[in-house]
Amino acid sequence: MTVKVAQISCGTEYSGVQKEIARAAEKTEMELVFPEVDSSDIKRAMEAIGLSPASSGLKVMLARALVIVEGRADVDGAIVMTCFRCAEGALVRHAIRRFLHEKARIPVISYSFTERTKAENLLLRFEALSNMIKRRFLLARKKHEGLTIGIDSGSTMTKGVAMKDGEILAFHWLPTTEVVVSGLKVYKELLSKASISEGMVEAVGVTGYGRFMLGKELNANLMQEEITVCSKGASFLGKAQEGNATIIDIGGADNKAISIYDGVPYSFTVGGVCAGASGRFLEIAASRLGVDIETFGEIALKGDPRKIAMNAYCIVFGMHDLVTALASGARKEDVAAAACYSVAEQFFEQQFQEVEAKEPVLQIGGTSLIKGLIKAFEDTLKMKIVVPPYSQYCGAVGAAILSSGLLGRS
Amino acid sequence: MPKKVMIFPVNSLILYDLVSRFGHQPLAMMSKIAEKVRDPEVDSPPINITYEEPRHGLKYCAVEVPSGVRGRMALLGPLIEEAEAAIIVDDPDIEFGCSGCARTNELVIQMLHNKGIPILRLKYPRSSGEARDFVKSIVDFLKSIDGGAS
Repeated sequence: MTVKVAQISCGTEYSGVQKEIARAAEKTEMELVFPEVDSSDIKRAMEAIGLSPASSGLKVMLARALVIVEGRADVDGAIVMTCFRCAEGALVRHAIRRFLHEKARIPVISYSFTERTKAENLLLRFEALSNMIKRRFLLARKKHEGLTIGIDSGSTMTKGVAMKDGEILAFHWLPTTEVVVSGLKVYKELLSKASISEGMVEAVGVTGYGRFMLGKELNANLMQEEITVCSKGASFLGKAQEGNATIIDIGGADNKAISIYDGVPYSFTVGGVCAGASGRFLEIAASRLGVDIETFGEIALKGDPRKIAMNAYCIVFGMHDLVTALASGARKEDVAAAACYSVAEQFFEQQFQEVEAKEPVLQIGGTSLIKGLIKAFEDTLKMKIVVPPYSQYCGAVGAAILSSGLLGRS
Repeated sequence: MPKKVMIFPVNSLILYDLVSRFGHQPLAMMSKIAEKVRDPEVDSPPINITYEEPRHGLKYCAVEVPSGVRGRMALLGPLIEEAEAAIIVDDPDIEFGCSGCARTNELVIQMLHNKGIPILRLKYPRSSGEARDFVKSIVDFLKSIDGGAS
């Protein structure tokens, strides 16, 4: 099923990325539409949205949004894009996203690109937007019904939950070795822990990097990317299903910042260029200090990060700083705290360049259990961080909720 | 001698036509884009700009400047280098021409001023009287720069 998506953008053709956008749209079965506007639309759009940008490319963007709101463009969703580091563009992008969300009630994804943006960078976003369009009513679902299993087949861990009528009956995780083997082990363990038979399971949802392989093996009812699924799980567990919220997920190999509204994502960034801002860095740091990751988080709470000069912009140099500090007699507590602050600061500087930090801020994933990291994020963002119950199972819970929506009960 | 006259807005058909009529060579975005579009070696629709252009734009502005500005400057920078005179119209209507990006506009105008070439800078006309004065100023300027046809 092809969906029609309005491209509302400025600078894509001069940045040389239009071809990449078209390629990503084709791969995700999207037809890109450029709503036609005239000069009178521009004037009316600036009045309606309340912004008067100096750049005419941005004025045309506002007019295109107005044309959609007025029903003069037949589209199912919109992707709003401007150049990375264009402050005026960022203001317009956010204003259009809000305008379309409130007035046209269509799914919107926003993104800021550079000349290095490739179709592959856009695919996850386009897939999420496509799911938001095709599964709009499913994503709007706010409760769980029936007996379902959700599995998050991640790059480092495979996590699963069995849920019945909104309650978690059982949860289980394993390190991911082979995608299907780990997934099936978790699935069987969930059946055992919840004391249920396979025949009692009404639906299975799978998300994460191994979703297609594992989903096929389990004959899953739902195989969906992790952005929309984790958003659903986090907003459900964090009781943030109404209005704005922000999700932080420091994964084993990458990290994500997701802006959501009513439990549905509208903007997100996925970082993974440097492991210095990943859970892996904290794991290695804990190992070097000779403590497990949970203790690492506890002792970090007692440390002073300012006493250690640490550069975790690279996992190698970060570890070098850590070893140097220990060799010069630094306290373990201060080193652990410095490692946590380093991750939080790098995340803040990289991921929050594109994503607005709107409260409540929900931190999810296995690293949300590292207390020192949560404190580091609170100090860095100057905001209270909410860690939902079962925070490490948000993806699995989201998959269980969304698959229950396919049962057709309500 | 006919002069190479940079026009601003960089894609104004009216300015392009006026400069041509008086025997000078207009330097405009359209001709650069036409070159790009006709290039059979490149396949990057709609205007055949690839990620290479924003890199060429680094000659005119740093990497901290958005890629859209640098991509435009990859086309406009060489025109500015060639320019022997310039006509700059401030606050034009969007139909009169635009590059789409206010930051690019600022940089283009600054670079033209820094060249020390003859520049006619005038406001976009808002009435028929102003329009007559506007055209007359441009015609006088084009005649004043050496070699223009009368």
